[in-house]
Amino acid sequence: MKDNKKLIWFLAAAFLLLVLPSVAQYAGNFWVRIIDFALLYVLLALGLNIVVGYAGLLDLGYIAFYAVGAYTFGLLASPHLTEAFPAIGAIFPNGLHTPIWVAIPLGALLAGFAGALLGAPTLKLRGDYLAIVTLGFGEIIRVFLNNLDAPVNITNGPKGLLQIDSFKLPLVGFDFGRPGSLFGLEVSSVTKYYFLFLAVVVVSVLICYRLERSRIGRAWMAIREDEVAAKAMGINTRNLKLLAFGMGATFGGVSGTLFATFQNFISPESFALNESIMVVAMVVLGGIGHIPGVILGALLLAALPEVLRWVSGELDLQSITGGRLDAAILRQLLIAVAMIAIMLARPRGLWPQPEHGKAAPTPAS
Amino acid sequence: MDILLQQIINGLVLGSVYALVALGYTMVYGIINLINFAHGEVLMVGALTSWSVIQVLADSGLPGWLKLLLSLVAAVVVCAALNFTIEKVAYRPLRNAPRLAPLITAMGMSLLLQTLAMIIWKPNYKPYPILLPSEPFHIGGAVINVTQILILVATAVTLVGLMWLVNRTKLGRAMRATAENPRVAALMGVKPDMVISATFVIGAALAALAGVMYAANYGSVQHTMGFLPGLKAFTAAVFGGIGNLAGAVVGGVLLGLIEALGAGYIGTLTGGVLGSNYQDIFAFIVLILVLTARPQGLLGERVADRA
Repeated sequence: MKDNKKLIWFLAAAFLLLVLPSVAQYAGNFWVRIIDFALLYVLLALGLNIVVGYAGLLDLGYIAFYAVGAYTFGLLASPHLTEAFPAIGAIFPNGLHTPIWVAIPLGALLAGFAGALLGAPTLKLRGDYLAIVTLGFGEIIRVFLNNLDAPVNITNGPKGLLQIDSFKLPLVGFDFGRPGSLFGLEVSSVTKYYFLFLAVVVVSVLICYRLERSRIGRAWMAIREDEVAAKAMGINTRNLKLLAFGMGATFGGVSGTLFATFQNFISPESFALNESIMVVAMVVLGGIGHIPGVILGALLLAALPEVLRWVSGELDLQSITGGRLDAAILRQLLIAVAMIAIMLARPRGLWPQPEHGKAAPTPAS
Repeated sequence: MDILLQQIINGLVLGSVYALVALGYTMVYGIINLINFAHGEVLMVGALTSWSVIQVLADSGLPGWLKLLLSLVAAVVVCAALNFTIEKVAYRPLRNAPRLAPLITAMGMSLLLQTLAMIIWKPNYKPYPILLPSEPFHIGGAVINVTQILILVATAVTLVGLMWLVNRTKLGRAMRATAENPRVAALMGVKPDMVISATFVIGAALAALAGVMYAANYGSVQHTMGFLPGLKAFTAAVFGGIGNLAGAVVGGVLLGLIEALGAGYIGTLTGGVLGSNYQDIFAFIVLILVLTARPQGLLGERVADRA
């Protein structure tokens, strides 16, 4: 009986997710785009949840890995490198269009490597020291992206990378950047991306879910609860912490590559400290270490502000308040208030992990 | 040589500001183990309040130093009240909550203060008037002006005062006891809530002083001005060993010197490849190197892992 109910819920959710973009499309492609971005944030939050939620390592520079993924993809699939370096241009006369099968794994790999690289010197650090070092790492990456346009133009500085290839399946000739049609129905580019991101999110949720219940996941949680005790139980805390950093960073890297291919444009502005803080807030507000909670937090913080922006635009807030309040300010104000209010009302998050160490209530027989 | 001396002066001035802000971080951390992310914003509110007071007094005919002093007093009062309220509203209810909860409210507070300041003071940069004589003194080829001398003197006096407060007064003893063990301190008749409030008020006063100094030295104020000094000061506090007052001062001054010298010399050292636009990351690179060798910070005590 109970399983039936679960199945119905599951089917209903799947159906909703499938028709969501076609409904949103009626309101405008703008809304589908917002949903797409929200899905990217879900992916980021799931990745950070591995580091902060499972292993208990506070990472305030998580967006750096997003940046590494995005720039890897951007450099490999945009005209920038061939234009800046004639030597590379000579090798690729038709422009550098690395296929996604190479660019995305490479982005993920590099980000994972950056994660382990950051993890290595910080292993000895405790709690808040780790927070500031990761924060510093994030800023270092951003400053380099911003300034590496001279003397050798690698990142194109604050101008960012333009004309990044859209997501293409080369053999099938399927291009996510172009509208297509299915059974005579017009399918816009953002809708195609929606299904792509949705698929990636579903796979990620499965990975996280399995990780959580695996030997590795249990070891992470043991480290989170008490590192000394975990060590005494024979857990190799060093390797597992590095693994957590690397895994989390890989998620960040993949979302970065998807971000680059979806936007077709990246600049250092998208990878500021505020974004890192936003992702941490998503994880903690939603319910740290609890996958449904983290997803809820990400969707809430990513989509709610856009809805508010729309509402305040409709009300023409700017003229009502004499220019002091506009949509962007209101959005910032509401995010701030939400962060404080939700934490005060529910310190463990909106949808927290069921009480640790207690078994789920057994049904009365 | 001139450049060296000049950059040392600049570094000391910048370091003084960092040190004052870092003290606020480190005192709060020492007592309730919270990274008060909103602390940089308190500095910003202090600077903007002082700017407003000076605007009001613009036509009063008072001498420049008096205007500055009055605006400083106003800034200290406003910031103290603000930080007292922040602690009461956003941190106190979460004292026994999971460790990350107050951190998120602190981040929320920081965002909230920035946004409110933007609404109240408008987002444009506002020139901070020059109120003290600005003729520079020449010392061996380097220049220093009255404002900078005052910053150094004020910082030194404040530090002596703070050391006296913490080490010699009853309140200081209560603060140290609470930092050591709040429960035992409470049994000995200390009121932890009162001590924590006092800590926030003192930290806010130091931040207000730093904010006015920063504004007077750099000549402009804006709602985002608290972010970088706040971040650097936090770095300085960790650098020196968070929770340790002397460490915060040493960390702040060292960080200021490293930044100033780094920005002054990186161009010549690397043959012009890297410019002073990398200034903001020296702090972090040094921090990572230091923490790799000394995970507890320069003056921090080695804390045993949980028993």
